[in-house]
Amino acid sequence: MRKPITVKVNGKPIVVPFGSTVAVAVMMAESACRNSVTGERRGPLCGMGVCFECRLTIGDDSYCRSCQILCQPEMEVRTDG
Amino acid sequence: MSAASYDVVIIGAGIVGAACAHECAAQGMRVAVVDREMVGGGTTAAGMGHIVVMDDSEAQFALTRYSQELWQRLLRDLSPDVEYEQCGTIWVAADAQESEEVRRKETYYRSRGVPVEVLDPQALEQCEPNLRKGMAGALFVPEDAVLYPPCAARFLMDRAQASGAKLHLGMTVTGIGKGQVRTTAIEFSAGTTVNAAGTSAPMLTPGLEIRPRKGHLLITDRYPGFLRHQLVELGYLKSAHSLTSDSVAFNVQPRVTGQILIGSSRQYGAEHGEVETGILVRMLRRAEEYMPGLARMSTIRSWTGFRAATPDKLPLIGPWPEDNTIFLATGHEGLGITTSLGTARLLIDHLTGRTPEIPIAPYLPSRTVAEHVHA
Amino acid sequence: MGKEMRKHFDVLTIGGGPAGLAASVRAAECGLRVGIVDDNPSLGGQIWRGEVEDCTSEAASLLGRLTALGVEILCGTRVFDVAPGVIWAEASDAPCELGYKNLVIATGARERFLPFPGWTLPNVMGAGGLQALVKSGLPIAGKRVVVAGSGPLLLAVAAYLRKHGAELPILCEQASWSRLAQFGLALLSQPQKIAQGLSLKGELAGVPFAANSWPIAAKGQDVLQQVVISRNARLETLACDYLACGFHLVPNVELAALIGCRLRNGHVETDEFQQTSVPDVYCAGEPTGIGGLELSRVEGEIAGFTAGGNRDAASKLFATRRRFRKFAGALDRTFRLRPELRSLPLAETIVCRCEDVTYARLRQQRSWRAAKLQTRCGMGPCQGRVCGPATQFLFGWISDSVRPPIFPTRLSSLAAMSCDRQSEHSEVTGGD
Repeated sequence: MRKPITVKVNGKPIVVPFGSTVAVAVMMAESACRNSVTGERRGPLCGMGVCFECRLTIGDDSYCRSCQILCQPEMEVRTDG
Repeated sequence: MSAASYDVVIIGAGIVGAACAHECAAQGMRVAVVDREMVGGGTTAAGMGHIVVMDDSEAQFALTRYSQELWQRLLRDLSPDVEYEQCGTIWVAADAQESEEVRRKETYYRSRGVPVEVLDPQALEQCEPNLRKGMAGALFVPEDAVLYPPCAARFLMDRAQASGAKLHLGMTVTGIGKGQVRTTAIEFSAGTTVNAAGTSAPMLTPGLEIRPRKGHLLITDRYPGFLRHQLVELGYLKSAHSLTSDSVAFNVQPRVTGQILIGSSRQYGAEHGEVETGILVRMLRRAEEYMPGLARMSTIRSWTGFRAATPDKLPLIGPWPEDNTIFLATGHEGLGITTSLGTARLLIDHLTGRTPEIPIAPYLPSRTVAEHVHA
Repeated sequence: MGKEMRKHFDVLTIGGGPAGLAASVRAAECGLRVGIVDDNPSLGGQIWRGEVEDCTSEAASLLGRLTALGVEILCGTRVFDVAPGVIWAEASDAPCELGYKNLVIATGARERFLPFPGWTLPNVMGAGGLQALVKSGLPIAGKRVVVAGSGPLLLAVAAYLRKHGAELPILCEQASWSRLAQFGLALLSQPQKIAQGLSLKGELAGVPFAANSWPIAAKGQDVLQQVVISRNARLETLACDYLACGFHLVPNVELAALIGCRLRNGHVETDEFQQTSVPDVYCAGEPTGIGGLELSRVEGEIAGFTAGGNRDAASKLFATRRRFRKFAGALDRTFRLRPELRSLPLAETIVCRCEDVTYARLRQQRSWRAAKLQTRCGMGPCQGRVCGPATQFLFGWISDSVRPPIFPTRLSSLAAMSCDRQSEHSEVTGGD
């Protein structure tokens, strides 16, 4: 079924089209993905999984490259890492 | 080819060479340092940067303790990128036999004024909650520290240069002797030539019994708070003692970035610096056994380095009997970072005729070198 | 070790873009057992991202052939180490050991990013980067996007974004008009490209195109709000929602280097049958030289046929490949980066994004290795994939040896590699 999917980004529910990546859900939540080592907010750069700027926590897994991960219902995404 | 004249020419800009340059330049000597590549880019760059007192022998203890005290005196001046952190070492005992070793070490260090604390399994768990349960206990040495070696070497070299030392990088030394240092570029005249070339030392001073001992390391992404102290298994000592076989041991270090540095391994006879899957896997499996939480961590890089090892596991510090214009400062095996400062002091004592603060006989190149195997 | 997956293939292809798909199909047609591995969630690589869903596309047709021929597809799978005859990869955080008789390296390319003030702001992305995100569901209709940098990818991306409703105030290409004109002439020998060009022209009607133009700075509070560009030696400020900026492409040669393939000028050396210097290892597509879609595909076919034992069929494609190689040469000449781009970063501009190392700190270093050791530049999870090409352009530094893992990997996956295979990892060879 290709229904829209609801994921939680920092506790907030975000609805995305089926087949969207977690990076897209985060951008739609108007959030950045991570804090850099000097505290800058960062979002996706390369879109293809090599730059690691989009890394964030999904459930218990840290450092997930959100641009390479498809949204699944009930996913809990955190970007404060 | 022009000649340049110095009181001291140091071959090798690793941590030992940099420490020697720092000490000599601070005492007003005219110092030059020559290295074929960069400061702190050889063995220094590969190592764990552990500042540790060791008790394999009185001589090893004396040099490591002396050096550790020198690092403590320096620490207020160190720049932040040296990342000096007094996290201490925890020597982990996995069984009853290793617990005996804890007690032996405790007695040894306490009687020599090194603060230590025995940790029972509960205390160990509190100190390091991510160690697997069921350990027999541990010895905590709070004055041990860690730092980031390439920046430590650069810090010492910067200071040396600020005191007038001249640094020549990208220059390969082709021969030394009788007060001359010949390189691919210029020739130096040196009152004393310090051979601090690590694994390359025998190329400059033929006859040195130094063999490269390969080690592997791996570093993870950032996991702040996972690890608080340098952890070493007491089985490590079995590994360091064996002179012939390949071995791995559990040895992990927290970096200030929150990354976990994972070692360690020792091999003789490895011809090349490439990462060997077999050794890496053994080392990682050992690490997983002690800290199961490492399994899920993202790992970013692996690399190797070669320690300069001598048959009796003590460094060569002192004049070379065959040519007393040459002073050896090499063969530090896995203790180069720690003992670099002590080595530099022994050098300056020799140059100025001052009485050294520790007995130097065990390190003199003129000693009879015999293989010891500790039980 | 129970979680580890073990498979064996006659031909294993790494990379599911045009080259990899083509190679896998041809090898499978020869009757061999073929597997194809790709990090992305689906096949298609970058240029065909999402296209396997469109049944009218060439990508879908190749995928159809692939499936019909029984090629095993391993998506979401990243290679991290190799040994003779073995690839170790990680899929969904569990390791797999993939044995092969023949290996086809079709690892494609990535965008080159150059630092400039503000480039780390959220919503500054690669050109292909933004396109990938839109293909992955990012809404773009009604958004203002400045497209900048260099290379034909900019045109393809601009056309795509426009088609999906984005507003494009400008497309800035750093190459000069004369270079671009020469490129236009070179295209005369490439009928397919002309057709593409004309269709692009239609899609891009109304988008101002500026040559001799490049970004100077990205500005905004926490997120991109404006871009300052240089155009005809004058500065212009444009409000926008996204900056899609990439400076042409860099080949992904890390795997080839780790295996020990000879490199030349940063590309993998291959013979006429797409064989590398390592026996039974082939390379096709962008890692042999940035050359675009058609060249990648035909190189893939040649590699696939050869690995499949059909040299005859492979050699029949040599003429086609020759023709497409001319395009590759033209690409290289046209989109060479101008020296002004070296002056873009200011002292405090971050160059290494993983470790936040600034231009000022890097300028003091003598080599890539010294920079790495002293500043941590290149020691982060991107393993130098972003800052490596940037510092190579800014300072002329060449990266040092490649070691495993060639991609950040869970420790348990590394530890699962079987000890009975002693792997020897070679250092990067070749290059000028």
